[in-house]
Amino acid sequence: MSPRAKSRLEPAKTNPDFIRNFCIIAHIDHGKSTLADRMLQLTGIVDDRSMRAQYLDRMDIERERGITIKSQAVRMPWELDGQTYALNMIDTPGHVDFTYEVSRSLAACEGAVLLVDAAQGIEAQTLANLYLAMENDLQIIPVLNKIDLPAAQPEKYAEELANLIGGNPEDCLRVSGKTGIGVDVLLDKIIRTVPAPVGDPNAPARAMIFDSVYDSYRGVVTYVRMIDGQLTPREKIQMMSTKAVHEALEIGVSSPEPEATKGLGVGEVGYLITGVKDVRQSKVGDTVTTVAKPATEALKGYSEPLPMVFSGIYPIDGSDYPNLREALDKLKLSDAALVYEPETSVALGFGFRCGFLGLLHLEIVTERLEREFGLDLIATAPSVVYEVTMEDGKEITVTNPSEFPTGKVKKVLEPMVRATILSPKDYVGTIMELCQARRGSMIDMQYLGEDRVQLRYSLPLAEIVFDFFDQLKSRTQGYASLDYEEAGLTEGDLVKVDILLQGDQVDAFSAIVHKDKAYAYGVMMTGKLRELIPRQQFEVPIQAAVGSRIIARESIRAMRKDVLAKCYGGDISRKRKLLEKQKEGKKRMKMVGRVEVPQEAFIAALSTGDEKKADKKAK
Amino acid sequence: MATFHGYVHVPFCRVRCGYCDFNTYTSEELDGYPQTAFLKHLEVEVQLARQEESVRPLSTVFFGGGTPTLLPANELAQAFTLLKETFGLEEGAEVTTEANPDTLTFEYLETLKHSGFTRISVGMQSANRSVLKTLDRTHSPEAVSRSIAWAKDLGLHTSVDLIYGAPGETFDQWKESVDTAIGFETDHISAYALILEPATKLARAVNSGLVEEPDDDLAATKYEWIDSQLASNGFHWYELSNWAKSEIFESRHNIAYWQGQDWWGFGPGAHSHMSGSRWSNLKHPSSYARVLQTGEVPAENRETITATQLLEERAMLELRLRTGLDVAVVSELNPNHAKVISGLIADGLVDGKSAISGRLILTLKGRLLADFVLRKLLGL
Repeated sequence: MSPRAKSRLEPAKTNPDFIRNFCIIAHIDHGKSTLADRMLQLTGIVDDRSMRAQYLDRMDIERERGITIKSQAVRMPWELDGQTYALNMIDTPGHVDFTYEVSRSLAACEGAVLLVDAAQGIEAQTLANLYLAMENDLQIIPVLNKIDLPAAQPEKYAEELANLIGGNPEDCLRVSGKTGIGVDVLLDKIIRTVPAPVGDPNAPARAMIFDSVYDSYRGVVTYVRMIDGQLTPREKIQMMSTKAVHEALEIGVSSPEPEATKGLGVGEVGYLITGVKDVRQSKVGDTVTTVAKPATEALKGYSEPLPMVFSGIYPIDGSDYPNLREALDKLKLSDAALVYEPETSVALGFGFRCGFLGLLHLEIVTERLEREFGLDLIATAPSVVYEVTMEDGKEITVTNPSEFPTGKVKKVLEPMVRATILSPKDYVGTIMELCQARRGSMIDMQYLGEDRVQLRYSLPLAEIVFDFFDQLKSRTQGYASLDYEEAGLTEGDLVKVDILLQGDQVDAFSAIVHKDKAYAYGVMMTGKLRELIPRQQFEVPIQAAVGSRIIARESIRAMRKDVLAKCYGGDISRKRKLLEKQKEGKKRMKMVGRVEVPQEAFIAALSTGDEKKADKKAK
Repeated sequence: MATFHGYVHVPFCRVRCGYCDFNTYTSEELDGYPQTAFLKHLEVEVQLARQEESVRPLSTVFFGGGTPTLLPANELAQAFTLLKETFGLEEGAEVTTEANPDTLTFEYLETLKHSGFTRISVGMQSANRSVLKTLDRTHSPEAVSRSIAWAKDLGLHTSVDLIYGAPGETFDQWKESVDTAIGFETDHISAYALILEPATKLARAVNSGLVEEPDDDLAATKYEWIDSQLASNGFHWYELSNWAKSEIFESRHNIAYWQGQDWWGFGPGAHSHMSGSRWSNLKHPSSYARVLQTGEVPAENRETITATQLLEERAMLELRLRTGLDVAVVSELNPNHAKVISGLIADGLVDGKSAISGRLILTLKGRLLADFVLRKLLGL
């Protein structure tokens, strides 16, 4: 075993030969953050007293959900054969929604630790990131984690990993992030096998931005990997895509707390602070150079992230609209992928149409808005972008079902994805059924090991944004994993289904669905609303319609009794308090025509795959 | 000037009924407080009340509970005499006690009559044994009949209370109760819908699925039934849950609550309202007694009603009466009143003719939706 390094190599002056840049690729819950914790402790940069679980996950949501949203880089010293090295661990987001960010993180490394739970084996998302890493020519170090678990099957999964990336099952390291077993061996192996970074120290500076984080005290913190040349503090720097010029107020490394340095040299990883307040000024994938000695060619790989999923976000209390706007403006500073524009809904009032990278991104943004800005929100059912061509040749882009044109439609194009599903072979039948029901067509199927199967499907994105993942999980007892990537547009036979309450259309419930599914959607939504909307003093018909044709109908019977029988021995206060409580309740009611609809009903009707919760509320 | 009324809360029961969340205690729950001390403490509170300037001769006195008739007849009589002698009594005052049929004898009622009681309200609840069992009532249907007969022989005004909508109560069982109550030929009948109060045994049984949840639609049908049956047997409704054979048999004490008159509630947990201020007494007899002994009124939850609250309360209470609610009250509370009221007339919830002449009177459909009507009137 190697000892902890006695001294550290000084940033800006480190010989690239003694630098190792690596990332950890792992599925959610496979223990990446815990392994990172042990590395911080073992290398001595965080002492035992300051240690806390998931040290690097800064946002509350990250720590609670155990997922990493924003990546970070940490510089750690480690000694091997008498030589001190600087190891830069670049943390990558684990979720498919953030594939673009993952690919930029990978581009900043020469090696990747492929971390797999020894009790569960590799999952689809990990596989996707592994492909990306191999495409980037990263040196892969297979590692089985959680070998201390009784359910661990390291032999079985070592075999699986060897099949996947080549090599011998014995080469697969076995560690436990929880107990620390094997972590030192892993650090040694990183130094031995991950190539040192290569770059030209005398060329014009080129640094790749692999992450950009908004900090309310310091403004935007930009994480970079130096490729060529060097950057020094107080220097004028330039973003090559936007040509924007800033001053590098501070340059430093995270270890793991930020430490200002005299600069960054070839192969080093660190951060820049320019005083900019908006992450859009510092885009992931962009190249940083200097004004004094500018590079002529940007590093390749930069692209703008495109929103894939849209949802209307509305404040429950209409008077919170300005606060929501302000909150979105602030969030946008730290989340370059978030897009939004104002939108009005008859049922929900004023809100914003927001675009997201995927479903998790949507969830995270709404949760952050609610938690960090204290807002109560309703998010409408997620939808995708449709390209509609009319008979008269007019083309319309639809991001909200209510914008779907009413005239003669010639064709509708919808976005497709290529989905990869990994699962134990026993569930193949049920997965195929699900994909079939979601208009999927199989691309191929292959066995990864003896009992694990990879299925690839082409599916409309719209079919997976609505509860597909929940369905997949519940049908496979949680064993299947999913990854998907964009796969262009395809023509689909699509119609808009409207929902009418007492004849009034409720825009929030409109949906664009395949013609064959319009009836099922109508029946589902009218049934759900019948359960969720309390009885009024008149009968309320609920209808689903395609154009002017009614395809499903339910009705809420009139309420006959709404009166408290007695006032106990002159206890008037009690009755008045009940009335005051009703006043509070009233605030959470929205009027659709004459029908009072509680906010909870909107939320429950719009929430996907959450039948149980909806049922409970209806009682 | 408002009339003045006395309420005496006797917080004792032999058993606690599963649906009841009133302030009442069985002997085990009294924590050593002796029922025999009740009269003594009542006297202390009466003396404290006497020092208030606003008290004056009583228009009505009402003994409620709990079970007032758990007290020996002479104690109940003494309690009334105490109030009468302290505050004075108006000519023709109404003096009522609630009575549990289990506790009554002819002699008991005779003692009350002689001391000046004018009216007995018997907690009948149902004529059906299985419904009574659901409600944990221990009396037999026959005991009610007997008690009413004695009371009538003594020249007391009589009323029975019914509860509809007990879990499992069928429409036929309810009809049986209504017929039986009418057969007693009382002057007055009250019928209250069962409310599942959260902290009761019955509510827990419903929540845990042991007992079927009462159905509101069935309760509405039961209300419509009793209203029509009483109407064809010479009763008229004067408040949502109360019917009387003629105006003189209407409970003036209850009307006083709905009209916002002044009343002092004596005894543990009793509620009072004196010229715009409300309070209630400490609930447990022991804590009530402890504060009394320091020479203070054992009041808590004191509040002074603001002008707006007063209007809201008037709307809330007067809407329940056959005499109805003054449109002016609504117009002060809700700028949009005209549109709202015309909507309520159109929906058949308030009577159109009386609304035009300035009073909002609920129709039968409106009575069943009174809380909804109130919310609309208040612009909620």
